[in-house]
Amino acid sequence: MGDFLQVLGEYDIAGAYWFNVKLAFFSGIFSLVLGTILALMRISPLPSLQWAGATYVNLVRNIPLTVVMMFAAFALWPQLGVTFSENLDQNFFWLAVWALSVYTASFVCESIRSGVNTVPVGQAEAARAIGLSFLPAARLVILPQAFRGSIAPLGNTFIALIKNTTVASAISVADISLVMKYMVDQHGNYVIPIFLTVAAGFVIIVIPVGLVVTLLSQRLAVAR
Amino acid sequence: MSDDTGAPRTDDGAGIPKPSSEPLVVLSDVNKYFGELHVLQDINLTVHRGEVVVVIGPSGSGKSTLCRAINRLEPINGGTITLDGQPLPAEGKALARLRADVGMVFQSFNLFAHKTILENVTLGPVKVKRVKSTEAKKQAMELLERVGVANQADKLPAQLSGGQQQRVAIARALAMRPKVILFDEPTSALDPEMVQEVLDVMVGLAKEGMTMVVVTHEMGFARKAADRVVFMSDGQIVEEAEPETFFDNPQSNRAKDFLGKILTH
Repeated sequence: MGDFLQVLGEYDIAGAYWFNVKLAFFSGIFSLVLGTILALMRISPLPSLQWAGATYVNLVRNIPLTVVMMFAAFALWPQLGVTFSENLDQNFFWLAVWALSVYTASFVCESIRSGVNTVPVGQAEAARAIGLSFLPAARLVILPQAFRGSIAPLGNTFIALIKNTTVASAISVADISLVMKYMVDQHGNYVIPIFLTVAAGFVIIVIPVGLVVTLLSQRLAVAR
Repeated sequence: MSDDTGAPRTDDGAGIPKPSSEPLVVLSDVNKYFGELHVLQDINLTVHRGEVVVVIGPSGSGKSTLCRAINRLEPINGGTITLDGQPLPAEGKALARLRADVGMVFQSFNLFAHKTILENVTLGPVKVKRVKSTEAKKQAMELLERVGVANQADKLPAQLSGGQQQRVAIARALAMRPKVILFDEPTSALDPEMVQEVLDVMVGLAKEGMTMVVVTHEMGFARKAADRVVFMSDGQIVEEAEPETFFDNPQSNRAKDFLGKILTH
């Protein structure tokens, strides 16, 4: 046991987890913004916007995250010239954030749309009847209620996002799963304790998120 | 509210001012289909400024659709609807502006569930008419006072009774200073003991000269407050008359049949 702790001490475990937390944080914000825009497009009165939103969701949702991540690292940056930073490590970090955001946004969009479906159609009619056009009605009446109705599915999406951050190791972002791989390579005799330690770290990060989600969905439920 | 319309009025002595002869809402040859179903068939109807028109008829006669077509919550398939001389615009900013001039009171109240009673009433004036927040609040409190729910201003809609919610919905419509208010079966979802409190507010509005189109099953209200009763059946306007004429001496068989069913119990 003491030897294993010594092995752990050779690696920056906390620093590696911090990468996962940062990836989840930035991707969470960007995917929430992009997903909300996509959801607005899908519920808008304009058929062309509806089509564009639906096409995005159906396309991106069905591509494996690893493929999106690889696309970012091997096509978006070197081929299409999208560069987020001159620093190589920073660039890969932001390419991973891009991939995670683009991918998660499709799930966020559908979570918000399920929330929109919890808002009775009369709310939108009343908003239109007092003279609000689509965007103000969405911003002031529909989305505030839809977000509250979509906290549970959004929470699931963000929990999945936190765990999906480990896919960033595929493009050599030094997150916990990459560190785990090094540890396993170098200390094969501790494979099981290493896996358990990494797994426990995620459980410790994710459980509070789940508790907060449950609390919020109860607190913010719209009384009807 | 009577000051807002600026229309000349005379009082007939019964407390209800006579409507002007100035057309405000004009429907001509309006047709509407739900798939195969022809729900509005060549509807011609003119509502004058200050007039209270009560639309009655059996379920499925198209009366709610007619009401909702006037602010284009239901788009029509043919014919024209004009409001104060302006044809109803297609979707977009112009339609939103027009809707701001047409109040609507729904069967299921449709108060904004996440906003307080006061916010429900101030939202339109502040966000659509750009009235200053303090001014909007002051006006909203006056309106809530008038419909008798000022003491509930800080509550959420779900905390109020149906009758109170519907009175708030009327205040919300009034806050926009509309040219006309549409009532789509405003008392049909209410417990019986709450119907009267809502009707009292509506009679009050009628007396002040508000232009109203009211779809309802409340024949007492029609007798008391209507300038004209429009009877619809199967998507058509079958009969139009002053309330006494219509109720005491209906002309068509369909109207006689309908009144026979509802007035005998």
